[in-house]
Amino acid sequence: MATAPRSARRPPGAGVKLSFNDPVVRAIFWQIVIVGAVGLVVWWLVGNTVRNLEARRIASGFDYFWREAGLPIGEAMIEYQPSDNYFRALVVGVLNTLRIAVVSIVLATILGTLIGVARLSRNWLVAKLASVYVETLRNLPLLLQLLFWYSVLQSLPPPREALNPLPHVYLFVRGLQMPWPQWTPELGTVLAVMGIGIVASFLVRGWAKRRQMLTGEQFPIGWTAVGLVVALPLAVFVMQGANLPLDVPTLGRFNITGGILITPEFTALLIGLVTYTAAFIAEIVRSGIQAVSHGQTEAAAALGLKRGQALRLVILPQALRVIIPPMTSQYLNVTKNSSLAVAIGYPDIVSIANTILNQTGQAIEGIGTIMAVYLTVSLSISAFMNWYNRRIALRER
Amino acid sequence: MPASLAPAHNTGNPIAVEMRGLNKWYGEFHVLRDINLTVRKGERLVICGPSGSGKSTMIRCINRLEEHQTGTLMVDGIELTNDVRNIDAIRREVGMVFQQFNLFPHLTVLENLTLAPIWVRKVPKKEAEEAAMYYLERVKIPEQAAKYPGQLSGGQQQRVAIARSLCMKPKIMLFDEPTSALDPEMIKEVLDVMVELAREGMTMLCVTHEMGFAREVADAIIFMDRGEIVESAPPSTFFANPRTDRLKLFLSQILRGH
Ligand SMILES: Nc1ncnc2c1ncn2[C@@H]1O[C@H](COP(=O)(O)OP(=O)(O)OP(=O)(O)O)[C@@H](O)[C@H]1O
Ligand SMILES: [Mg+2]
Repeated sequence: MATAPRSARRPPGAGVKLSFNDPVVRAIFWQIVIVGAVGLVVWWLVGNTVRNLEARRIASGFDYFWREAGLPIGEAMIEYQPSDNYFRALVVGVLNTLRIAVVSIVLATILGTLIGVARLSRNWLVAKLASVYVETLRNLPLLLQLLFWYSVLQSLPPPREALNPLPHVYLFVRGLQMPWPQWTPELGTVLAVMGIGIVASFLVRGWAKRRQMLTGEQFPIGWTAVGLVVALPLAVFVMQGANLPLDVPTLGRFNITGGILITPEFTALLIGLVTYTAAFIAEIVRSGIQAVSHGQTEAAAALGLKRGQALRLVILPQALRVIIPPMTSQYLNVTKNSSLAVAIGYPDIVSIANTILNQTGQAIEGIGTIMAVYLTVSLSISAFMNWYNRRIALRER
Repeated sequence: MPASLAPAHNTGNPIAVEMRGLNKWYGEFHVLRDINLTVRKGERLVICGPSGSGKSTMIRCINRLEEHQTGTLMVDGIELTNDVRNIDAIRREVGMVFQQFNLFPHLTVLENLTLAPIWVRKVPKKEAEEAAMYYLERVKIPEQAAKYPGQLSGGQQQRVAIARSLCMKPKIMLFDEPTSALDPEMIKEVLDVMVELAREGMTMLCVTHEMGFAREVADAIIFMDRGEIVESAPPSTFFANPRTDRLKLFLSQILRGH
């Protein structure tokens, strides 16, 4: 019966005549119209472009990926020389985009959460400062803020007069240069122990939870994790002689060599993206916490739950439901906004693909590459956040 | 009146709640004025009075949802001070039912009931669930255990809230207008549960305007106005011989409504 045709369920006398007043007929009609219109537009665009390219004798296809780029790039996370091919240059750009996006997302989440909580503070001054921050940062165009931070960093002194706030740490016009640990087998061991500590913490957490459900006994899982992830690797480090050779920057006549250099382009972009996005995240966190009624806190307190338990077991799970969806769009915004890097010369994917596009003239492929990269990154973020959202929202009603 | 409801008032029972010269201000506003009150174990106290008279504030002082400023407040032999250990100890012994239920919407009924026993009383999960089912039967909705609060009617939610408090095995129960947010047809199912609780000898402090309930179970009724306890009497005298004009006026207003 469930598969009976629609007409069979009509009231007698209504007939089986197809009518434009039938919502099903109407829906199908409009879908056909829309698909047809989109198809026409695409057909026209593609035909036009192909004819134009042929007329201007521009090659098409992705063969140029494997030609020598001859393109200098300011900073790269993998080995790169201008003699490498275009494809490698693009990979450098993608990695730079991912680097700025990931670091910005993490820092903006932390800063935004702190400011959002500060806005709810009972301390008048703290709350006021936080709301001034939010209102200022979120109402100025991001591009302006990036240019501001970049010009601040550009006004730093040349290498000879580099600021020296801490021993071996130099702040000058080409960025922040500081000591960096050299790779040794001992360091490898310490990092391996730390990794094992992280895995072990999760195992202990699972065990503690099962034991609590069975016996009611609680276990100080937070301190155990600190011990496993921080104290244990530290102990191993000390046992191995506390030997950490550093690559230390040295001041030359025109340059500073050694250590690690964080460029002003990266820093300006990072500060700009983090402070700007944190303002939006602060608002999301604030409204998320406020969405949980005060009665929930009171009920938890009346039942004898401690403040931390109430926050973790009652308030946060409810606040997160409200926070996660808008947070997802902020994470997507950070990623997309990182393309403003082109304005201050940070070599992200847009900046590099744009240069390549100018060299090769293959605009369609160039823009297509950028779009494919952003689409992949954005869809991955969306997929992850949707998964997380479902995980916390399923236990709802 | 059933024998089990014999007044516990003025018997030699130990003291459950005692307020001596309690005062509280909200800024300039004197919300509780020199409150003196003794509630003995097993006693049922009903508190009534006009809106804004300080009824909620007074009973919320008992589990430190509000802080009093002067005077002493003893609960179950423990004095309420700023000492967090005392506050924790008292909250473990005192259950509270709110006007707005305040169930945890992200947890099932069963999880609402087991959360505090598991995390505060450190009861194994299985044991906590068995106890929870027992109390759900007591409030006559065991079949709702797997549902979320949002799927229940107001009356059912309030009964879950009562069961949730009972799961902590409190010695004293506080009710703050538990039926005021309910549709008339659901009030009775909640009052029935409360009457039964009273029959079993639970110490209860109950802010309510359900005068039928007060008449049936209360050992004493307190009338509050403008932050003061104006009258305190057993139900018979309370209704028949109000001494002050303020109470006469109040009774004429609320009894007309019924
Ligand atoms: N947090 C607060 N800050 C300032 N004033 C408050 C606060 N909470 C309550 N009050 C005031 O204290 C007085 C007593 O409030 P309370 O809630 O105890 O009254 P109530 O007798 O329970 O009234 P109702 O029957 O309306 O619930 C009211 O005038 C109220 O406006
Ligand atoms: Mg009240």
